[in-house]
This record gives sequence, structure tokens and C-alpha cells, in this order.
Amino acid sequence: MQWFACYLTTGKHMGFYVSFGTVLLLLAITAPTALAFGFAAAGAARSAIAPLRWIGKTYIAIVRGVPDIAFFLFFVIALDQAFEWMRHKVKCADWDQPIRQGNDFVVCAAAKLPLGNSPQWMHETYGFFLAVLTFSIVFGAFAGNVLFGAMRAVPHAQLETAAAYGMSRRQVFWRILVPQMWVFALPGLSNLWMVLIKATPLLFLLGVEDIVYWARELGGAKTPRFTDYPHDDWRMWYFLALLIFYLAFTRVSEVVLTRLMTRLTHGQATTGGEAQRKAAT
Amino acid sequence: MKSLILGTAALALSASVAFAASHSVVRLGTEGAYPPYNFINDAGEVDGFERVLGDELCKRAELTCEWVTNDWDSIIPNLVSGNYDAIIAGMSITPEREEVVAFTQNYTPPSPSSYVGATADVDIDNGVIAAQTGTIQAAHIANTGATLLEFPNPDEIVAAVVSGEADAGLADKDFLIPAVEESGGAMVFVGEDIPLGGGIGMAFRQSDPELREKFDAAIQSMKDDGTLNKMIAEYLGEDSPAF
Repeated sequence: MQWFACYLTTGKHMGFYVSFGTVLLLLAITAPTALAFGFAAAGAARSAIAPLRWIGKTYIAIVRGVPDIAFFLFFVIALDQAFEWMRHKVKCADWDQPIRQGNDFVVCAAAKLPLGNSPQWMHETYGFFLAVLTFSIVFGAFAGNVLFGAMRAVPHAQLETAAAYGMSRRQVFWRILVPQMWVFALPGLSNLWMVLIKATPLLFLLGVEDIVYWARELGGAKTPRFTDYPHDDWRMWYFLALLIFYLAFTRVSEVVLTRLMTRLTHGQATTGGEAQRKAAT
Repeated sequence: MKSLILGTAALALSASVAFAASHSVVRLGTEGAYPPYNFINDAGEVDGFERVLGDELCKRAELTCEWVTNDWDSIIPNLVSGNYDAIIAGMSITPEREEVVAFTQNYTPPSPSSYVGATADVDIDNGVIAAQTGTIQAAHIANTGATLLEFPNPDEIVAAVVSGEADAGLADKDFLIPAVEESGGAMVFVGEDIPLGGGIGMAFRQSDPELREKFDAAIQSMKDDGTLNKMIAEYLGEDSPAF
């Protein structure tokens, strides 16, 4: 008992506990950002302006088509290099060496992101920010597709009626389309949310130490030479803890999403909304 | 003439200032999952042979160093992309890797790799052999008649051998010695040791020769005064080959 109390409070385990917070924080930031990306993409994809429409549709099609893991391995480094390249062009205009030297990507010291001599937490925060951005871009494309479908599911007659009452395109979009589309989008979005929860182990590919990394690291068999707390292969128990965490989290999400669905259905011209109306009378 | 000299001096000065600025902190990338070379200790910090070695090298080269852990799979891409300045992660010097990165001289002699199995009579020529992805051992198995079973980190090789998922595993002997000793007979060495690779070295970007030379000189000084051999004996075991 004493042994376990000490074992579970080592610095390594603290890292494990903190990583739960990292994952939750990532989800809390990524979900709204991805939704914003998706909303913009869906809006662009049904825009009346052709170039905007092409951009929206291309973004949705390309990102959905590329395998996640390839995207994560390639994209984070590409994104990082793109930022540094831009800073390099601005800050070190008189730099005369090539940026690509063989396999190497070399920018001037002032353009490094974060600066080479900044403390480790800055590097970690930056890595986390890149992770959020990458997740948002990937999941934004899926959300965009869901929202695009949801926008088309809103009865067209309603939009025409609104136009007939003299509303502008913008007014029709914001006052008629957007409030009504959520009920059609929610099932698809809730699926995405569940997938996003389970996609967080990809974080370690981005250098962010997440719960799966720590579970693997802590659970692996430890010999007395390298630790004060030797044990056998305990990965099963650590992953069991993760399983419970993920299941609990999924359950909570389901409850919240069901409530949200009930609220959104209220007063809608759908079978769900109709059922609510009948039950109330 | 005078202005030329001044100009050259100014250029040299600005170059050295730029160098100092870009390397005021040298970031050392490691895997943190390869005892005794590098691992995460109970306090959650990088520890092991390479931690001690790296800190000593930085002291000798008069550099401030910082440790960073990175997944083995993406350890080279992140180096060439500039996310850290050096790899010190039990990485053997091989011609394939030298095409992408620049190595210092080796800081361990070419060390043997060994097979481990549940019993001494497993078939290492035709069986299923576990190794870590992207290592010289994995490349070696691919060239034999055996079936290669790849794992992202070395702990899982040991787990796969113990559980019977793989007939045998192939890894650096220095990594396997403690694992076999502590397994309580669940795992034994199989067959002869095989020498692979050209020893372990630190890897740098090819565009960064100044920094590589500093570490190269520091490694040379540790070889010359015998501290490296002492360190190898202390952390990798008395039987591990020394210089």
C-alpha cells in the first residue's frame, strides 16, 4: 500500500496525470476551432462566388482524402517550416544562404520558432499550438462536409419564403439557414467529436506527450537497475485505466449531446420537433 | 586594404555572433525509451548513459544544453527540420543515415547485437523475429530468411518475446543484458552475437558543421583521458567493448 502510494506519486506519474489535462485542453480548444474551420469551409463551398466555392470544396475534398497519419507526420513539419520561412523572409531579408541545404531546412536564428534559446515550455506550447492547428484543419474539413450537408437539408421552401419576404442573401443565411441547420448537423458532428476524442494519441507524433505515450512508458516492464519501483509488464493495467477514462468521457459526451439534441429539436420542422410538439400538447 | 581587413573582421565577428546566438542553447534530442542509453527516470527526467555523456560533452564544449524527447520514428525529420540541434539516442552510424545527417565520431565502439528468445533453441533463421522499426537490427532481419515483426519502441520487443508473440527478438546487446538478467529465466540469449553498424555517434544537421566539430572534439578529449571508457564500464557494463 505504502509502495503504491509512493509509486503513483513519482515525477513520472505526475507527467502522466498532467497529460490528461493536456488532452482535455486540446479537445476544448480544438473542437470550437475545428467547428469554425468547418463553418467557414461549408460557407465557402456553397458561396455564390466561384473562386471561394472552389477553395471551400478543394479544402474539404483534399483533407478528407489524405490519411490522417500521413497528414500528421507530414503536415506539422511543413506547417512549422512554413511559419519559419515567412518569418525568415521578413526578418532576415539580407540572408544570402539557401534555406534548403540538401536535406536540411536552415533559417536564420531570429526566424526560429520558438527562438532556439527559449525555455522548453515555450517549445512545448508551440508544439501544442501546432497540434491544435493540425487537428483543427483535419477535423475542420470533416465538419465542413457535415455542415455543408446540413445546410442543404434545411427545407428549400423556407429559404425561398424568406427571400420572398424581402430578406437579403445574408439575412436568409444567418436568420433562417444557420439556426435550423444545427439539428441536421448534430448527429454528424457528434460522431466527429467521438472520433476526435480517440484521435488524441496522434499527439505523440507531434512531440506532445499524451496519455497513451505515458501509459506505454510507465506500463513497460521496469528492471531494478533503472528505477526504484521495478515491476513487470503492467501496460495492460495502464491501458485499462485509459479505456475507463475514454469510456467515461464518451458517456459524458453522449449525455451532453443528447440534451443538446433535445434543445435544438425544439420547434423544428422535423419528425423529432413534431414529436416534441405533440408530447407537449 | 584596410577596409578589406576591417570588412573581413566584421564579417568574422558577425558570423561568430550569429553562431553564438543560434546556439546559445543546444537542444539535444533523445528517445527516452532505451535503457541503459537513455530512459525517463522516476522523476520524469531523461537519464542514463547518454544523459551523463551528453552533459559532460556540453561542459567540455562550454555549451548550455537542454534535453528534448522525441518519438524514434520522427527523430531524424525533426532534426533536419531544426526542432532540435543534435540526436543523442543510441543511434548507430550507418551509410544510409549518413546520407541524411552528419555524425560525430562514435562514442561507443561497434557493439554487438544479440538475439533473445524464450528458450535457447528457437529458430532464429526462419522464425518470427521482433525488432524496432528503423533500426540496423530491423534492416538485418529483413536480409535473413526470418519474418520481421516491427515495434515502435524497444520495450515492446522484450514484451513480445516474453509473451511468445515473437520467437525471438534482436536488439543491441547492451540494451538486452539488463532485460535478460531481470527476466528471471523467461528470456535467454540465443546464438552468436552479431556485429552491426559502426558504433553509436551523435547526429547533426549536415549544414551545421561548427556544432558537430565542437562535440567531436569533446568526444575525442573524453576518449583521450579515459573518462569515456570509465563511463561505458559504469553504465553499459564491464563486458561492453571499450576504446
